[in-house]
Amino acid sequence: MKDTLKKYLVPIILVFVFIGLAIWAPETASRTSKVTFDYFKEMILIMPPVFLLMGLIEAWIPKEKIQKWLGSGSGVKGAAIAFALGTLPTGPLYMAFPMTASLIRKGAGIRNMVIFLGSWAALKIPQLMVEIKFLGAAFTSLRFVLTLSALVLIGVIMETLLRLRPDKTWLEKKDEDAPRMRQGKIKMQDPGK
Amino acid sequence: MVTVITIYSLLGIFLAASLIKSREKTVRAFRIAWKALLKTAPSLIAVLGIVGLTLGILTPETISKIVGAEAGFAATIIAAFVGAITLIPSLVAFPLAGSLLRSGATIMTISAFVTTLVMVGFVTAPMEIKMLGKKFTLLRNGLGFAAALVIALVMGVVL
Repeated sequence: MKDTLKKYLVPIILVFVFIGLAIWAPETASRTSKVTFDYFKEMILIMPPVFLLMGLIEAWIPKEKIQKWLGSGSGVKGAAIAFALGTLPTGPLYMAFPMTASLIRKGAGIRNMVIFLGSWAALKIPQLMVEIKFLGAAFTSLRFVLTLSALVLIGVIMETLLRLRPDKTWLEKKDEDAPRMRQGKIKMQDPGK
Repeated sequence: MVTVITIYSLLGIFLAASLIKSREKTVRAFRIAWKALLKTAPSLIAVLGIVGLTLGILTPETISKIVGAEAGFAATIIAAFVGAITLIPSLVAFPLAGSLLRSGATIMTISAFVTTLVMVGFVTAPMEIKMLGKKFTLLRNGLGFAAALVIALVMGVVL
């Protein structure tokens, strides 16, 4: 009971905020509910297939492949693959989080995942077209170059930091999330580590 | 809509291939997906609520008022924060940025807004934490915010 409460703490707080808004700022409340409902519709359409795709990745793609393509030792090629995957015209960023989580479980490196998430959010091809139209080609290309360099830098910094001080609580949870994977992982990782 | 069609067609193809090759693995994929969905549900709901609140309160008009009210460096910092906490689709964000630019905002301010908008995800943080860990999320968004300020500075000087 206490656990459930803790899990739903933020949603519960949000319900109170919504009630408060409805009483004291009804106009904002109606706008807020409308936006929430719009995003709810979007999520309910997008999330189930995203999680299923993630499940298929986990079930089918062997760990060694991901490790080779996107692992810490994948070098410039790995970064290029991560960048290319990220810029593909797909959906909103929150779609990318479950994907990234399974890629990390499959052995993708942190640097490449930062590049993947960053290009997904900031360097998407359709988005760049809109940007050129409204802010000009000079603005867009300079932002593109600077953002890409920043992403590589952030990726390298984060990979180093997380290697020196891994996120222990998350690592434990991650294994708990996928007990099946863990058995497979131990088997497959043995020769390497 | 294009997104939805793309995802469902991709899923359809992969699912068919998966079913043909191995029923057992397909069932496993469904099981993994279901478990992950259940685990993520609370943070998904949180993201929904936060998105609704920020977008309901920070409408495009409000944003242009906030960003346009200040001038100089203060405006840039404010724009960076506004960009970090909002989640606006690019089809709305770029026209808004363009109109702010025409109405007198500096390149630095606009780049700060656009860059934090895409690099820093405050509203999606609950979900990112759930899936990728607190440390990863804080580092990625924190470093992204710092980088956005540097990028804005460079762009302001160059352009």
